[in-house]
Amino acid sequence: MAAGVAAWLPFARAAAIGWMPVANCPMPLAPADKNKRQDELIVLNVSGRRFQTWRTTLERYPDTLLGSTEKEFFFNEDTKEYFFDRDPEVFRCVLNFYRTGKLHYPRYECISAYDDELAFYGILPEIIGDCCYEEYKDRKRENAERLMDDNDSENNQESMPSLSFRQTMWRAFENPHTSTLALVFYYVTGFFIAVSVITNVVETVPCGTAPGSKELPCGERYSVAFFCLDTACVMIFTVEYLLRLFAAPSRYRFIRSVMSIIDVVAIMPYYIGLVMTNNEDVSGAFVTLRVFRVFRIFKFSRHSQGLRILGYTLKSCASELGFLLFSLTMAIIIFATVMFYAEKGSSASKFTSIPASFWYTIVTMTTLGYGDMVPKTIAGKIFGSICSLSGVLVIALPVPVIVSNFSRIYHQNQRADKRRAQKKARLARIRVAKTGSSNAYLHSKRNGLLNEALELMGTPEEEHMGKTTSLIESQHHHLLHCLEKTTNHEFIDEQMFEQNCMESSMQNYPSTRSPSLSSHPGLTTTCCSRRSKKTTHLPNSNLPATRLRSMQELSTIHIQGSEQPSLTTSRSSLNLKADDGLRPNCKTSQITTAIISIPTPPALTPEGESRPPPASPGPNTNIPSIASNVVKVSAL
Amino acid sequence: MWAEGESEGLHTLGIVVVVCSSLKLLHYLGLIDLSDDKIEDELEMTMVCHRPEGLEQLEAQTNFTKRELQVLYRGFKNECPSGVVNEETFKQIYAQFFPHGDASMYAHYLFHAFDTTQTGSVKFEDFVTALSILLRGTVHEKLRWTFNLYDINKDGYINKEEMMDIVKAIYDMMGKYTYPVLKEDTPRQHVDIFFQKMDKNKDGIVTLDEFLESCQEDDNIMRSLQLFQNVM
Repeated sequence: MAAGVAAWLPFARAAAIGWMPVANCPMPLAPADKNKRQDELIVLNVSGRRFQTWRTTLERYPDTLLGSTEKEFFFNEDTKEYFFDRDPEVFRCVLNFYRTGKLHYPRYECISAYDDELAFYGILPEIIGDCCYEEYKDRKRENAERLMDDNDSENNQESMPSLSFRQTMWRAFENPHTSTLALVFYYVTGFFIAVSVITNVVETVPCGTAPGSKELPCGERYSVAFFCLDTACVMIFTVEYLLRLFAAPSRYRFIRSVMSIIDVVAIMPYYIGLVMTNNEDVSGAFVTLRVFRVFRIFKFSRHSQGLRILGYTLKSCASELGFLLFSLTMAIIIFATVMFYAEKGSSASKFTSIPASFWYTIVTMTTLGYGDMVPKTIAGKIFGSICSLSGVLVIALPVPVIVSNFSRIYHQNQRADKRRAQKKARLARIRVAKTGSSNAYLHSKRNGLLNEALELMGTPEEEHMGKTTSLIESQHHHLLHCLEKTTNHEFIDEQMFEQNCMESSMQNYPSTRSPSLSSHPGLTTTCCSRRSKKTTHLPNSNLPATRLRSMQELSTIHIQGSEQPSLTTSRSSLNLKADDGLRPNCKTSQITTAIISIPTPPALTPEGESRPPPASPGPNTNIPSIASNVVKVSAL
Repeated sequence: MWAEGESEGLHTLGIVVVVCSSLKLLHYLGLIDLSDDKIEDELEMTMVCHRPEGLEQLEAQTNFTKRELQVLYRGFKNECPSGVVNEETFKQIYAQFFPHGDASMYAHYLFHAFDTTQTGSVKFEDFVTALSILLRGTVHEKLRWTFNLYDINKDGYINKEEMMDIVKAIYDMMGKYTYPVLKEDTPRQHVDIFFQKMDKNKDGIVTLDEFLESCQEDDNIMRSLQLFQNVM
């Protein structure tokens, strides 16, 4: 039942009295209206703009935010109104939905913003009214395509490791930019297509005459050379076709596709020519077959996107083209008939029959005007002029439609290409933003340590070195700090991490390579090989389990200071050991107290790469992350 | 003057000119219609508007308070912005409450019961007057209204055919999927029971007095008439 007619429910119920005398059985009791409140106005304050409506209006749709008790969460006691910190423009549409029962989609609104607002208010977009539904669906589809494009390109970057040979070949064929081999293949086939087309053309040009005979076309004069060229081209094309057939994921679909049909048609005449003998009867048909060699030029459409777009446009404008053809045919028949009867009487008239007049009509309507057929009577000339005028109109009408279709598809492709080109810049921007925030944390941490050190040293001035951080930033940093404490690892930046990687590889300590506690066994070996990749993985704790456990009661802690020169202190009451250089686990022999080291510290990405769970230390030890600078801490 | 062949061509030309001009003449005379601008004619019919009398007057005429009238009018105007309901809209609104079956026949009879002046459209005053009777009226008034509803041709008597129509319309609202399954003669049986009860002198028609008397004797009916007291 539409909520709009909810106001008529009392009427429907009252009209039910008409059934009462007819009824034989007693009626059920009416539901008691417990919370019968007088209808009241409620005020909805959306970002400062106040909307007012009746409570019952909102209660028409009880499964949305405004219709249910969910809006009580937004009730502001002081001002006795419901405050929503959202877009007031879209709220207008939402409220109109409650009032009229129809949800409209305004054209000026961004589709994702609108979707977000609808989701917030708990309204399903499917109930958008018919008047706006088409527009909404179109915009949503465009948006989805854009997102899919992005996702596709992203997925393409991360090469799926387990592509079979066949799949790699297919990808190489479809997308020549994936590898240099594919690119070479692409250019080679393009070259041979061009060669083949040019030989076909040059074959028919008359070359110089052999002495004493008439002029020959080049094809017959140098027939051997041309035959060799032709063979070579067909060889290449055949090989290419067979390779594509082999690599295609669905061979049946490949065989039926347009491009493969063109390929087949392009190379068939040659093979048929080989098979057929020089029989006089069939050579005529053979000549016709050679015409199909010109189809090789269509193979260029794999190489040119513009050609593909043109073909696609023509296909999508099929109805307009059909209309053009139909209207032209109608006009041609009409005018040919009229011209024939107008010119019938004149002597030596070329308009011998109506079909003969077709030629005149076509030539005139397309404003060609060869002049081989000309009307001689006055009436014929009148009708001829009408014919040429109307020809212009009839042809001019469907052409803009086709042109606009082509333009739209072309621009869509342009946009897709542009998006792909800008994608790198976009990703770079995102990356910079991410590293910016992570660097901010590291920076503040350093400053934090510095501050504490200064406090320790008792220098009251310069307490707040560096930038003052906002409250939100400091809370965020505190959160990251808590995470560090939880995992007993620390955040450092990339260069640090790579340095550590290099150092650990130089150390060549066997136990550093052995994965022990972590749940990611393969990571250590990959940490340095993956250095080139931006996403870094966390190496696990490299100490063997036994050693770690034996160190649990140890009390010395090593803590890394992240920047060597600037950090002169560390956390509370520590001694900085400047530049320990060597990996701590080399020093296990000389230190009786714990060196609990995890050689390569976690690198930072703000999304939080997975970290290995720390070995459960004793309550008074922290497992630190260490790089080159090692600071010994007494843990008591 | 003209060569022989030329005259044939001129004949063609002449014929074409004559045909076109005669078509134009007929169109001008209005015998045929070559233009196709019929769309504008239909727009004028729906722009009828009506405003109800003042709130005080309506309050005096009916048993509703001002607030109730306001709520009623708001709902009324929402569905019918022009201020009047025609039968089509009435049927559509009523059909939304009974999606299972076909409520159009009962809505038709209802509409004619509401439309006391038989103008073909129900104004807000008519609407509110009827509702006032149904919800706030005396038993007598309600029964009289119901009698009026059943009396389709408004001749003061209910005969079996009229009752049959009404009962059939009510059963139509049930739709096809009922339990137990609706049989062909169920309405007829229902009407027979009704007439047995109502028709005192067994003359085949029910007058207003017979109707009032029989209903007041039946406790079920009396009780059910009070059912919708608190609808507003």
